Amino acid sequence: MEFLFYMGDVFTPVNFGLLLLGTIGGLILGATPGLSPTMAVALLIPFTFKLEPQQGLILLGAAYTSTVAGGAVSAILLKIPGAPANIATTLDGHAMAQKGEGARALQLSFIASAVGGVFGVLLLIFLTPILAQWALAFGPSHLFWLAILGVTVIGTLDSSSVVKGLLSGCIGLWLATIGFDDIMGAQRFIFHPSVAGGINVIPALIGLFAIPQVITMFTKGRSSDDAEIISVKRHPIRKAMAEVFSRKRALSIGTAVGSIIGLIPGVGGQIAGLVAYDQSQKFSPEKDKFGTGHSEGVIAAESANNAMVGPSLVPLLTLSIPGSPTAAVLLGGLLIHGIFPGPDLFMNYPQVAWTFIDSMLIGQILMCVFGLYIAGLAANVARIPHGVMAALVLGLAVFGSYSVQNSMGDVYVMATLGLAMYFLERFGFSAAPLVLGLILGPIAEANFIQGSMIANATVGMGSYFFTGWLNWLLIVIVIASVSYSVWMEIAQRRYTTKDDAVAKEEALS
Amino acid sequence: MTDLPRNQHIIASGLIAAVGITVAYVSFTQEPADAFIFPRLIASVFAVLAIWTFGKAVLGRTKVGNGLSAGAMRNLAPGLIVMLIYVYWAAKGLGFYTATTIAFFVLLSLYDPAPHTQLKTWLKRIVITAAFMLVIYGLFAQLLNVFTPKEILF
Repeated sequence: MEFLFYMGDVFTPVNFGLLLLGTIGGLILGATPGLSPTMAVALLIPFTFKLEPQQGLILLGAAYTSTVAGGAVSAILLKIPGAPANIATTLDGHAMAQKGEGARALQLSFIASAVGGVFGVLLLIFLTPILAQWALAFGPSHLFWLAILGVTVIGTLDSSSVVKGLLSGCIGLWLATIGFDDIMGAQRFIFHPSVAGGINVIPALIGLFAIPQVITMFTKGRSSDDAEIISVKRHPIRKAMAEVFSRKRALSIGTAVGSIIGLIPGVGGQIAGLVAYDQSQKFSPEKDKFGTGHSEGVIAAESANNAMVGPSLVPLLTLSIPGSPTAAVLLGGLLIHGIFPGPDLFMNYPQVAWTFIDSMLIGQILMCVFGLYIAGLAANVARIPHGVMAALVLGLAVFGSYSVQNSMGDVYVMATLGLAMYFLERFGFSAAPLVLGLILGPIAEANFIQGSMIANATVGMGSYFFTGWLNWLLIVIVIASVSYSVWMEIAQRRYTTKDDAVAKEEALS
Repeated sequence: MTDLPRNQHIIASGLIAAVGITVAYVSFTQEPADAFIFPRLIASVFAVLAIWTFGKAVLGRTKVGNGLSAGAMRNLAPGLIVMLIYVYWAAKGLGFYTATTIAFFVLLSLYDPAPHTQLKTWLKRIVITAAFMLVIYGLFAQLLNVFTPKEILF
């Protein structure tokens, strides 16, 4: 119950002010199509330099939580999901809005998000110390395999092509080796003075997440989302509250699915929302009403995408392995304050860790309260033309990258990686494994070198890295995730081929 | 798959394969060898996967990635040119605030769907640019004390 001891720190004027700012700003940013939670958090990192570590994390955590929920506003009122996590919300949320029940849909979505979110953070609170204790037993070989696991799982599960996902991870791992070698001091792959000190993670994150979005917005030309904002009529919040808790099946399915999916590295809010929606429909006696504006669809999808937020941070805070791109960005936010998460985080920095987690708990409630009031404003922000948004994000990305070390080199790194990522994405590569490779590369290398030294002095490389139940467990998970993804890819190809054949047959007949 | 994406896939995966092979070559030839143990491990996997991807592209078996359409390229080109000039030259050459003001206003004018023939819309763009620069200045210069290159202008 240590988290209760630090609860008071959330309510100091500065901390609470930042929590409010992050929550309200996140809700508005989340409603804006094209601004993903990861990108919003990455762009906010430079603003945390001058803050105390826990203050910076409060701001980033609040933004993360509320951008996921804020995406529901444009999903419901405009039929444009603010983030991929809100795709499932569009199915019933917009249908409800079209029937004049926009306020009810928004209220259900924010209340369900808060319930799911609170459960997810409670899971984070109670799982993290247990896993942190367990993680103290991890040696260099286990940490090496864990880092490889992080890159592999995201590379295989987050990408539509296993080979391209793994290749993206390899590119990230290679980028992490650029600069001076820590042990020998040798220069590695320094092909430009901008990268002499290695690739700084923050400009890289800003570039990899913001610049592809900027360029994608350019490709839409002088268009804007002409979708009409559906007006919202008043709806008593008591009724919405009662309805959410009366739909126990959808709420519990959404919360459970979101929490479990959050714990699996690489499987994001989009999957959580869609799986919860699908399962809720399967178990509902009113299956046929799904897609026509059924409240269970909104409740399941929104409780799931917010329930995954807390558990997605468990691997980061206990093992220093970010389980998602947003967790990787939060790791960047910790690193700039000289804090390296891991099993001893709660011993060395209990105030930072617990105040951050507590703020996420309070943030869920604030998000619910403010979400209901600023939904209209957020929906209007969502209609800002793509070109204007692209110019805003580009300006913030350039200033944000420069401010990390007051270096133009960081701006060049940000822009170059961002440009390359845009083109890579067009050819089926994914940013998430590349980012995880970049972040986990130094962890993997340091533990590989340390493990090699221990191995050479004791049992030898083979025995050290390939024996012991924990090494085996991690290796089996790596192999299983790759095999599962390869199998899924082959199965999907067969289905595609079969569908193509049927379509051709029909066309011929 | 039409010929355009296929050719694009071949070029893109060819470039990645070239990078992969170069990284592998550098890793295995540079000294001291101890500093390149981990890069060698990574580079080997990198090169193999990159060659595999290139082979699939050449055989026309690439299943994911839509490449770039001509329409998207046309829309993208002006913004990309402004962005490249802004980031790689103007920000340092003209000064951060001057370059950002110009780049922001040009991008706004290029991509804002509002008509270009009305004075009102031009005034709106000027006001948005000024407001954005004020916010940027307040956040970075005043709040974060970031000293940006001023160079010939501001």
